[in-house]
Amino acid sequence: MKNMQRRILRNKNSIALISGILITGGFLSKWLMGSMAFFQWTLITASILGIAPIAIQAYQALTVKVVSIDVLVTIAVGGAFLIRNFEESAIVTFLFLFGAFLEQRTLEKTRSAIKELTEMAPESALKQMENGEFREVEVDEVDVGDILLVKTGAKVPVDGTVISGEGSINEASITGESFPVEKEEGSGVYAGTILDNGTIQIVANRVGEDTTFGKIIELVEEAQDSKSEAERFIDRFSKYYTPAVLVLAFIVWLFSKNVELAITILVLGCPGALVIGVPVSNVAGIGNGARHGVLLKGSEVIRDFSRLDTMVFDKTGTLTMGDPTVAEVEHYGDHIEEALGYLASVERESDHPLAKAVLQEIGDTTFWPVENTVVVKGAGIVAVVNGRKVAVGNTALMERENIVLDDQAKADVAAFEKNGSSLVLTAVDGELKLLMGVRDQVRPGVKEDLQRLKRLGVKHLIMLSGDNQGTVDVVSRSLGLTAAHGNMLPEDKAAYVKDLIENQNRIVAFVGDGVNDSPSLALANIGIAMGGGTDVAIETSDVVLMNSDFSRLPHALGLTKATAGNMRQNMVIAVGVVLVLLYSVLFSDWVNMSIGMLVHEGSILAVILNGMRLLRYRLSG
Amino acid sequence: MKTATIQLETLTCPSCLQKIEGAMKGLGGVDQDTVKVLFNSSKLKLNYREDEISIGEIEAAINNVGYEVKKSNVKPA
Repeated sequence: MKNMQRRILRNKNSIALISGILITGGFLSKWLMGSMAFFQWTLITASILGIAPIAIQAYQALTVKVVSIDVLVTIAVGGAFLIRNFEESAIVTFLFLFGAFLEQRTLEKTRSAIKELTEMAPESALKQMENGEFREVEVDEVDVGDILLVKTGAKVPVDGTVISGEGSINEASITGESFPVEKEEGSGVYAGTILDNGTIQIVANRVGEDTTFGKIIELVEEAQDSKSEAERFIDRFSKYYTPAVLVLAFIVWLFSKNVELAITILVLGCPGALVIGVPVSNVAGIGNGARHGVLLKGSEVIRDFSRLDTMVFDKTGTLTMGDPTVAEVEHYGDHIEEALGYLASVERESDHPLAKAVLQEIGDTTFWPVENTVVVKGAGIVAVVNGRKVAVGNTALMERENIVLDDQAKADVAAFEKNGSSLVLTAVDGELKLLMGVRDQVRPGVKEDLQRLKRLGVKHLIMLSGDNQGTVDVVSRSLGLTAAHGNMLPEDKAAYVKDLIENQNRIVAFVGDGVNDSPSLALANIGIAMGGGTDVAIETSDVVLMNSDFSRLPHALGLTKATAGNMRQNMVIAVGVVLVLLYSVLFSDWVNMSIGMLVHEGSILAVILNGMRLLRYRLSG
Repeated sequence: MKTATIQLETLTCPSCLQKIEGAMKGLGGVDQDTVKVLFNSSKLKLNYREDEISIGEIEAAINNVGYEVKKSNVKPA
């Protein structure tokens, strides 16, 4: 009996097909040959065939005390049978089965983006056994500390460290960037990335769900099924709605004795589009994000994000590269090569952040021994190199050392400062030789991205930074921000965000690097981490921009707006259809059981197809 | 106490969730508060007490309401 049930359910789609053919055949014979008997018998056969899987599902639902849609349809078709309306019973069962088939196909499509991601998860690994040989095992059988072999073309099965061999790895699944990264002994490798060439042996550091890739997958999987308050309400509502329709139909039949009307109400009582409308928008929206390097943590996040009016940015590492570089250089007089060598020699011994930038700029040069080094706090360094007195520092140091700047030099200093640079001046034997402007440069394209965010309706773009107000103002002006505040510690930033939310009723997104800004990320309505797949970023934030790619931000905002809109449309479709049908069945006469079923299935398909549009969403302009 | 993540056949119909939840409701040994049916990823997550019920019995209950179990992953809770 159980097997029989299972076989019928498994062949639901074939049954729908046969039933469809029978119905068409029946109608053709009626119209072409006027054969009423044949017409009736084909429809009766189609009805019985079609109701079988539905009735089984209804029975299964009832055994666990659930009044499902199948129950309503089964009773309705039974009723139609009793009043010998075989036309209705056949068409309704066919539409119900065919609708289920289409739903399955289209839903698979809607979920495809996320499925592509989860299918990148590694399944097997070559693990070193006790006898030293490598054997293929399921990835679940790999433990921390195991030694694994990864061959060309294979997926790295776990997060680990290379212990021998070398090769280049495509880390697109973690960082979103598909250029190869060279790996050698000691390099870290991530699960889910692909070894393009070479052979490596790795030791497993983190396995399964603990790997970065595992966490990303878990996050996305949880996100696609996370429910907002509104959805939970709909779920509760639909739980009582179906039984209520059953009762309503019974009451209508009791008073009107009109079986036709009662069973029509039953068919209309299927809240299908209502239940799946929002989840399909959600899964398609999150899927689109996952494809474009934007991880969205669920529908609540989508709703808040789509309504935000204020974006607060951390400066260093978010709007800027986070890595000061020499942006401008001027030199004065002769023997510049020599001066560069002296400068590099002095800076080589310093751990000041500017020193790194200066050394990077100079590159290969002749280094000299440095003697008699004096560090002048807040100004620079004075030392003797190659028997010459070298002063490296800001304008205050030059003044202290009585170094005269000519008009040209003074003009350059003013110009560099206006650009927001920190200055490094170098004087040799009391004569100015070099002027360098060091800046944490703005990420390329950030200005355009901020404009896009503005066009998408973000009213306030605010920058917070630990840097001094002067530097902050320069960056702010060049980017066209609404406000910029300097000299802020992480706790000041958090307090600022809190004030915006609590006292000014703003909906605030905080964009930061996810490491030292976690209090602000957590406090903001939406925490957006620019995390190149780091764990902290994934855990503390609501939205993760993979590979720290700022340009994904406008896409993320546009996408959440589109997704939130899509959810609303689906709600309107679902509720609207039910209301119109209920009204029509009670107060007009164009609705019968078949039309009711057609509209019902149509509305389910409509919400799925509408949701599917999100998969193709791209930011325009 | 164990945590099970059960991969089901692709869930498509709107009443699947209710049915599977209903099927779990009747099972002793399943921690009802932890039962979560995930529509889009077609998964069932729950905690159960292994001395009262086995994963096989849970799977059978799912089969009885008409859904196939693809793979079960059981871990200590």
